[in-house]
Amino acid sequence: MPEYTLRIRRYSPESGEAAHWDDFEIDLDGHRSVLDGILQAKDRQDGSIGIRCSCRAAICGSCGVRINGKPNLACHMHLDKACEDAPDGVIVVEPMGNMPVLKDLIVDMDAVHWKKMRRVTPWLLPDGDPPEREYIVAPESMIDITQTMACIQCGACVSDCLSMEVDPLFIGPAALAKAYRFVGDPRDGQHEERLRDLAEDPHGIYDCTHCFNCIEACPKGVAPMSQIMRLRRIASADHGIEDRNNGYRHEHAFVKNIEKNGLLHEADLLPDSYGGKFHPRAVPELVTSLPVILRALQRGKVTPAGALLHKHKASKEVKRIFRDVHDREERYELNLYVVGEEEDDNPPSMHADAAGSQLPAERSPNQ
Amino acid sequence: MKVAYWPGCVSRGFAPELHGAMARVAPLFDIELVELDRAACCGAGVIAEHNQELADTLNARTFALAQQEIAKGADLMMNICSTCQGAQSECQERLDANTPYRDHVNETLSAEGLTYEKGITNKHFLWLLVEEIGLDEVRRRVKRPLKDLRVGPFYGCYIVRPTDRLGIDRSHPRDTYLHQLIDALGGTVVDYAGQYKCCGFPIITMNKEASLKQAGRHVGDAIDAEADCLVTPCPLCHLNLDLQQPAAAAAVGRPLNMPVLHLPQLLGLAMGLEPKELGMNKHVVKPSSVIDWSTSVVAGAPA
Repeated sequence: MPEYTLRIRRYSPESGEAAHWDDFEIDLDGHRSVLDGILQAKDRQDGSIGIRCSCRAAICGSCGVRINGKPNLACHMHLDKACEDAPDGVIVVEPMGNMPVLKDLIVDMDAVHWKKMRRVTPWLLPDGDPPEREYIVAPESMIDITQTMACIQCGACVSDCLSMEVDPLFIGPAALAKAYRFVGDPRDGQHEERLRDLAEDPHGIYDCTHCFNCIEACPKGVAPMSQIMRLRRIASADHGIEDRNNGYRHEHAFVKNIEKNGLLHEADLLPDSYGGKFHPRAVPELVTSLPVILRALQRGKVTPAGALLHKHKASKEVKRIFRDVHDREERYELNLYVVGEEEDDNPPSMHADAAGSQLPAERSPNQ
Repeated sequence: MKVAYWPGCVSRGFAPELHGAMARVAPLFDIELVELDRAACCGAGVIAEHNQELADTLNARTFALAQQEIAKGADLMMNICSTCQGAQSECQERLDANTPYRDHVNETLSAEGLTYEKGITNKHFLWLLVEEIGLDEVRRRVKRPLKDLRVGPFYGCYIVRPTDRLGIDRSHPRDTYLHQLIDALGGTVVDYAGQYKCCGFPIITMNKEASLKQAGRHVGDAIDAEADCLVTPCPLCHLNLDLQQPAAAAAVGRPLNMPVLHLPQLLGLAMGLEPKELGMNKHVVKPSSVIDWSTSVVAGAPA
């Protein structure tokens, strides 16, 4: 039987002692999970190891930990794989981040994860009186939200959210993915109110920094960041919500900037993101940015002429692409979680010119 | 080697020293840059957030233009911006995965006589150095080893996540390439907490405090690990780490003053180019520690 070494971070806040690492030798087959290893160490060597777990099959979401620095379910990682990833062959197991440690590998999910989950009103708010029997929905109208429904509330994405690391009030990836579960549900009657709430909150959808950590962390393929981008897209395009955080303005300033210039002209983007050079919101922002602008000019990063005149202009072909795509009646969104990837040796027989009608349209419950 | 070269926007906008340094370094490795000057912005994730099909079509157009150069003899498409790499890889993943979708996007491009064929190779300069040129070759061409220079790699996000989309696996450990390159150039790699974290740039107009705190924290961590400078493959990270560094220092309440180099600048130094030729005078944080180091090495070298 192969042997593995688990290095587990130990900490009991009430003991008054500092956190420390304990090594445990375990003998289990490589295809057994890290959780099996932790439980063997607990069973045979130290019954006081704190770990929360239940199903052992990556369904209940209880055993979220960091393995070799990366968040995962302890039951979802084989020992041999974890050992290969470990820099010196020692499998390092520590509690998840962004949440206080209760004991050893157990973090306080109530203090962070569940609190944020409640923040997004995670239940259906239908309009009007309920039907006499069940709500009837077309199955295809629910396909889109199956991705967020796959969430098992393990907290792996919360653990490594880089925005939350500097802004603990950020609503965060798990809760915002849950918010999309209702914004994308045709039975819900409060889409706009939900979106306005999340867009206006300074720690809401526009606080996500696009770092992909939650996509990488999720053991279930929920891709929380992609759901946040959908919330932004629907808030902006379908509801025209002009939020106080400049999220709407930044998106529109960026898109217009490229449509006009082809390449990004940063000197316009900054003021335009605040509503334009002469907008009351932009003036104080530009004044505080003055030292940065002056430094850039002083170092020759930018020339005054370069900042005011942008010689690159979008070609008519680029402008046409913007026009063609914006003129479509519906936005197209290809979600690979839903449609999957084609097999290489099995090309689809679908004819090219039939493609348009076969495309999965972005589900837009408000249209 | 000839490459269809996509410099991106920022390397010709607020970080012009990056494009300049790349042009200086390329001939030293016999890389011929054929610039894709008709292509448009990759969207940096913002256009995809606005309208996925729009971002996919703009990038399919860039790929199609690159494929025209590849047909004329270029080996592959190369970029020098992590954000371009990440945003373009995301679009390519969708375009390559679904034939009807690709056909639909190509229909929009057809008015211009362009078509994107599935499966373009689009590599960041960092990947090209390691995978196409090879670090042994890089090592052989070093003129001025970065001896005693302690360099902190700053990967950022777009070039390392998600790992499957970016082709990171055991045979392509692309999330270690900066480490390997610093080592090949004779420098000392400094590991620190923020090397794979986000610079905060994408939310600078939406939540300035959180944005600057991220930049400030990572630079501070690198100082605590006693790095002399940072190197990044991403010009957008450079904006937050260098251009905004004085503001980031105020946000985290500690002095920072950490030089941040673009990847081709670090390479150029080791190849014997002078800091000024590489545009290092254009940085907001003067790279004094790096320049002092290079002059002392130059002064100490036998005549």
